[in-house]
Amino acid sequence: MHCLWCDEELIPNVVWSTFLAPVKKRVLCELCESQFERIKGATCKQCYRPMEKKGVCIDCQRWNENGASLKRNVSVYSYNDWMKEVVAKWKFRGDYVLGNVFEEKASEVFSAYYKATEVVLVPIPLSEERLAERGFNQALMIAQMLHAPIEQPLQRIRSEKQSKKSRQQRMNQANPFEQPSPFYKPVVLIDDIYTTGRTLQFAAETLQQNGCPHVEAFTLIRG
Amino acid sequence: MLSSFTPSFDWIPSTLLTSERSEAKQLAGRLWLEHQLPLTPKQKHDFLSNGLLTTIPAMEKHWWGWACRKCGNKTQRHIVPWPCPCGNPCYYCRVCIEMGRITSCTSLWLWTGGQPVWSKVANACTWKGTLSRYQQQGAEAIVQAITEKRSQLVWAVCGAGKTEMLFPGLEHAFSLGLRVCLATPRADVVRELKPRLQAAFPHVDIVALYGGTEDVDKGALFVIATTHQLMKYADAFDVMIIDEVDAFPYHADRNLQHVAKRAQRPDSALLYLTATPRWKMKLLSSFNKLPTVFVPQRYHGFPLPVPQFMNSFDTEKAIVNGQLPFSFRKWIITKREKQRRVIVFVPTINMAEQLAPLLHEAIFVHSEDPEREQKVADFRNEKFNLLIATTILERGVTFPSIDVAVLHAGHHVFDEAALIQIAGRAGRSAQDPDGDVVFFHQGKTEAMLAAKSEIEAMNIRARKGGN
Repeated sequence: MHCLWCDEELIPNVVWSTFLAPVKKRVLCELCESQFERIKGATCKQCYRPMEKKGVCIDCQRWNENGASLKRNVSVYSYNDWMKEVVAKWKFRGDYVLGNVFEEKASEVFSAYYKATEVVLVPIPLSEERLAERGFNQALMIAQMLHAPIEQPLQRIRSEKQSKKSRQQRMNQANPFEQPSPFYKPVVLIDDIYTTGRTLQFAAETLQQNGCPHVEAFTLIRG
Repeated sequence: MLSSFTPSFDWIPSTLLTSERSEAKQLAGRLWLEHQLPLTPKQKHDFLSNGLLTTIPAMEKHWWGWACRKCGNKTQRHIVPWPCPCGNPCYYCRVCIEMGRITSCTSLWLWTGGQPVWSKVANACTWKGTLSRYQQQGAEAIVQAITEKRSQLVWAVCGAGKTEMLFPGLEHAFSLGLRVCLATPRADVVRELKPRLQAAFPHVDIVALYGGTEDVDKGALFVIATTHQLMKYADAFDVMIIDEVDAFPYHADRNLQHVAKRAQRPDSALLYLTATPRWKMKLLSSFNKLPTVFVPQRYHGFPLPVPQFMNSFDTEKAIVNGQLPFSFRKWIITKREKQRRVIVFVPTINMAEQLAPLLHEAIFVHSEDPEREQKVADFRNEKFNLLIATTILERGVTFPSIDVAVLHAGHHVFDEAALIQIAGRAGRSAQDPDGDVVFFHQGKTEAMLAAKSEIEAMNIRARKGGN
């Protein structure tokens, strides 16, 4: 095996314990692996933003005043420079297999918060144009790592790139999602990055208006 | 069966017909992806049905696996399956993904509307300087190689003035209307060369291509590019110049060598420039398989500084203990007294970090340093006098008047080529041609001895009058 990022050869350490109980195959070398930053310590109860002490952050208080549809978000990694580079290659350059580097940690964190049998995963959809350009939906790819049932009731009608917009522009846009048929199960939305929460709130709103009782979110990165 | 191992370029449709169409210059000689073509959808459709553009599959299927036609990659772990919307079992190449994803279902678009006619630029060179005797010899060999459309190795010592030596050859090529590419493995060299060459050839259309460049090749006569950028070209250049041919990553990367070969026209001249050819090229040269011209002297006519060896058996131990190695300490104190400016080369980033606090007012740079360019610029502007560097500064950078020390010169990163290049940093200016070069070692290595004898051999060659 070679590291998926730096292509360094991975030579597994064979000792009696790994020989008798084989460990999972690595996809990254230790150095590359150590550059990712897991979110640790106190976080906002609602959006998983790292905080000094537990509580609800200002942004989430503002969401709550306007009646937030999304009840909670759980994330795995923080958005450091290293992560930006990896995500750029994975998502924007379209290096599909690079998504596999997140699999182990994502499913580990997911199963700590949710029972796979009790939830339905809804990946945030891409617009048709964007999907044609990229070839794959990164949110769907994350959802497939989590070994839980996946449903795709949402459609995206508008297609501007979120990452090219300022916070102000993001907050003032109109809801880009629609849902042709109602859906009555509790849902965990899946996306790659939670930045302002705007996209996920829109998706949650749409689901709730169409019969969904409870919406939470699981995102790979807390931006 | 053997034929499926040897790279072939017969999938590139080539024609001897010429075309006066305005699009030809921009579109010819390139491997386009559909979304990268500078054409409207209607134009694309029309050109395709007129036969001006042709599409070919971007990957080749062999019995042993896939080969990417854009970057020449054949390593199967870099060609991976993925759930493509095309619905068929589909693969993509990870090597050239930064330049647009190549999948087994994509097509490359090639111009088949005839070779463009490049306008001839007579007396293009406005550089007024004069070449030294040896530079003149090199320049003549280059002109001849371009006329005879053959390969040529220009083995010129560090500081020989390679760029100026190219000017007569370039002028000759432009006067014949030949398209020229100057490729180098290093982006900072491209950035440095562009303004110098544009100043010397103000009426020639020049583009500089590297990762993150703002230039777009709209059919330029002269392309300065990193070797990676040649992945976009096929059957394009009449003259290919590869500068620093032995440098990382070109010399060890089969794909880059493949694309450089592909970018040349069938009857083209190929020039290699280097101060430290690798053994393969030396062998070809010594068997007269590769015509070679030596430029054994610097442009200012003074001999190359010959490295001195100084033993310093306490290097690693002292640095770990937070002290300077004994002999190095003595040397650096004398340099401080004479107010000389010094670059200290160390083998590892780790050692650079440990050494920096031990030396007064020292700054260190390494390859992963985000402020690297700024620090080098500050050193150039004499904001500080002592720079600690890993091998990233071994090539391309020129400071007028410095002394050079190599700590732990026996380390394996310091091979013969690296040591010759490092020694070549000293004594670059005509005002101060004798820089001091010292290798602090814990036992001499083959590489150190070879580097020293190579430098001495060049000095002897220069004294005797070249070739």
